[in-house]
Amino acid sequence: MRRTTRALDGTNGETGQLGQLQPGITLQERYLILGLIGAGGMSSVYKGRDLHFPNVTKVVAIKEMINLAADPTMYEMVVKNFEREADLLATLSHPSIPRIFDYFTHENSSYLVMEFIKGRNLEQILREQDDFISEEQVITWAVELCDVLSYLHNHQPQPIIFRDMKPSNVMVDQHDHIRVIDFGIARVFQPGQKGTMIGTEGYSPPEQYRGEASPAGDIYALGATLHHLLTRRDPRIEPPFSFSERPIREINPKVSPELVQVIERSLAYDPKDRYHSAEGMKNALSSTAKNTGILINPRTAATPISSSDVKELWSFECEDEIRGTPIVHNGVLYVGCYDNNLYALDAKSGEFLWKYAAEGGITGKPAAYEDMVFVGSEDQRMHAVSTNRGKLVWLYYTEGPIRSSPTISDGHLFFGSDDRRLHVVNMLNGRRAWREETSGFIWSRPCAVNERIYFGCESGDFYCYDFKGDLKWRKRLKRAATSSPVFEDGVIYVGSKDWTLYALEADNGYQIWRFRMGGPTISSPVFSEGMLFLGCGDKNIYAINARNKREVWRYETEHQVTSSPIIFEDSLYCGSVDGGLYCLEIRSGRFRWRFQTEGPITGDAVINDNILYVGSTDHKVYALLT
Amino acid sequence: MSVFEHFKSIFRNSDEPREHLLGSDLPHSAYPFPDIALEKTARTITVGSAQSTGIERSHNEDSLLVFLGNTASHNTIPSFGLFIVADGMGGHRAGEIASSVSVRTVAHRFLQETFLRLLDQRSLDEMPPLLDIMRDALQEANQHVVQVVPGGGTTLTTVAMLGHQLTIGHVGDSRAYLLQDDSFELLTRDHSLVERLRELGQLTKEEADNHPQRNVLYRAIGQGESLEVDVETCRVPNGASLLICSDGLWGVVEEDAILRIITSSKHPQEACERMVSAANEAGGPDNITAILIHFPLLEE
Repeated sequence: MRRTTRALDGTNGETGQLGQLQPGITLQERYLILGLIGAGGMSSVYKGRDLHFPNVTKVVAIKEMINLAADPTMYEMVVKNFEREADLLATLSHPSIPRIFDYFTHENSSYLVMEFIKGRNLEQILREQDDFISEEQVITWAVELCDVLSYLHNHQPQPIIFRDMKPSNVMVDQHDHIRVIDFGIARVFQPGQKGTMIGTEGYSPPEQYRGEASPAGDIYALGATLHHLLTRRDPRIEPPFSFSERPIREINPKVSPELVQVIERSLAYDPKDRYHSAEGMKNALSSTAKNTGILINPRTAATPISSSDVKELWSFECEDEIRGTPIVHNGVLYVGCYDNNLYALDAKSGEFLWKYAAEGGITGKPAAYEDMVFVGSEDQRMHAVSTNRGKLVWLYYTEGPIRSSPTISDGHLFFGSDDRRLHVVNMLNGRRAWREETSGFIWSRPCAVNERIYFGCESGDFYCYDFKGDLKWRKRLKRAATSSPVFEDGVIYVGSKDWTLYALEADNGYQIWRFRMGGPTISSPVFSEGMLFLGCGDKNIYAINARNKREVWRYETEHQVTSSPIIFEDSLYCGSVDGGLYCLEIRSGRFRWRFQTEGPITGDAVINDNILYVGSTDHKVYALLT
Repeated sequence: MSVFEHFKSIFRNSDEPREHLLGSDLPHSAYPFPDIALEKTARTITVGSAQSTGIERSHNEDSLLVFLGNTASHNTIPSFGLFIVADGMGGHRAGEIASSVSVRTVAHRFLQETFLRLLDQRSLDEMPPLLDIMRDALQEANQHVVQVVPGGGTTLTTVAMLGHQLTIGHVGDSRAYLLQDDSFELLTRDHSLVERLRELGQLTKEEADNHPQRNVLYRAIGQGESLEVDVETCRVPNGASLLICSDGLWGVVEEDAILRIITSSKHPQEACERMVSAANEAGGPDNITAILIHFPLLEE
């Protein structure tokens, strides 16, 4: 909160550096200033002594309010308003309200002399401890606050709106009772300052900024105060009216859901949705006090698994695990299997067309172009096979098992091998164009764009080559980059086993941002509508805003997510090691359905003609109708 | 071999005379030569800037910084630019000190971590992520202002360009707009109370524009310990203009009028001067600052 500095005019020695009254000064020849207790935006509170009682030390609190109105008419109006409120206060009688003894105006300030409260205010109490305040204590205070609000709101002839409920205005006295020490008198002093001000109250309801003050506003402010007390998060340094972004139980899990409900209702944007009276809120609070410790409606931990929304069209069983991703090309589904075979199935019916046997397991995703299908195998070769009947067209040899998936661009195949090389091979005849040594096994699928090739390897090095084979740049990540990179709008996105998703500038390789997750990732990111989606070893599927790297949502599955999500229309589909294929709503991450298979899903799904295809380590390929 | 075609660094603070408009005394050689054939990836970016104390205020609490480096060849140092507008507040000179301190701090930190690092030939590999550098620079400015100017504060809107990537760091209610193909898009979010209310549907745009408390901010440099800032990245636009300005411009001149001035000016400098004049003609209730950057249309 900013303090307005007062111009130093006036009587010698009266004002200190910040324009406040110095100890030793006597006001009205009656009140001796002993010291400053506190200061706010427009007011200061002093501890003073009433000299009219010479035989005892009658300690009082003196609140000084500064009238900043420049215009004489405005000035007068401010003084009158203040007088009116002071008169009103003088008539109040409630155990939580300090008694008013005197009021006067002197020079540019008005003063209120009141009962001195010995104790601390809630803001100080919060500051003086690091732990959360107990729910019981908060409820006790809240009930007393509702009581005093109720008294004020039911005042005759006119209800009094407190308007300034906040922790610094609530004291706990030496008997542990609540005392409200400010009546928003400072609010009278709103000279309509020109120019920009920093700071908002944080506890005030939205409608107050339209100039509406009502009992419902006090209820909101009370809710805001309780929220602050329970979460220790000061609403003044957060965007206004953003309490719902800081759910109480997320920050302080010990708070009962019942109390949270009471507070949430009091914080409703629309005044009509809040408690209609402080009485009502008090009753609700009393009920929760009775129920504290008893869990009503515990939330079930597991999300319901329903396969009812998704229809399985067909499934096909191979002889070993399907670890990779299938492709659909000209109505045929091609999928590699750990049983060494590349299968060709009719995409619509699942009918077996042919299979091609390599001599080692196939873990990657095949690539297809016109009448050829390409697939790498642990037998160290890249196989080019005709779509017609799976006849071998050519073979290309590397010096290590191939677990990387090939990318096709410009008539060439780009892929890596466990021989630590990136291979670039002519698609039609299988002749090598070039190859380059890197520092580790390459398992990712390279990304080819703008005549450049991007890929990472198991040593953590990430490379950018141009199509001629010249190294453009290289970036060292802390752990393996098994994830296949994706390019969008000049930026390369890639995940690493170092728990991080990187955004790298495509031309030069410098880091634009990096996003840290809860575990290593080998999942490849996918980009859609300004967001990036990927899976992680910490069981989550993440949705991240690509412009500011903020997490938009995350969804927790029951095991690691090692495959990559795909997007189709407004849904995201991703398999998990828990065997489920999840369908989530893309904007919110809300669960739509889950299809359960009998083994971990490590490959990605693919969608063609509204049919989703996915393989599982339970040896099957499934075709689901989306 | 990398060659710097032009290099321009201008820093304005409140000691300058009241209505000093930049650019009118720039030598012609500062403007890029359209005849030289440039490499495909080079940028012939032009920039203009202008300031005015306005009519009602007695001194200028705004600060601005323009820093631009164009390279003719790629593969060495990417093009670099840094553009900052800061609108200070707080009585008694606090505003002008806060805004100038913030601009210096952000520029120093950012230039050190990016541009100077590149000039030094230290590898790009060691450079921390851009978003982090920007966030840290703004937070450092915040710490600095809290220590050096108690009670003072400032908005801060920074746009940094490195190669093909823009990084935007922002807090407060100064604004950055992108003008591309006749669309005028606000890139930043006002951290003002009324904007928050408008977002929540509590106020209409008209009500927000005329609200008596439309200047109240809930976030600004100098407001305290931990400050949350908005940091974003996007690709350098192709064939577009980027305007950074204080509320002395956007709060006074209608967006349509701003758009018209920009599209009808031959050079960003002319546009900035005209916009500042327009704000003064409309009464000049506040300090006015504008930076306009033009990214030419390049065939990619």
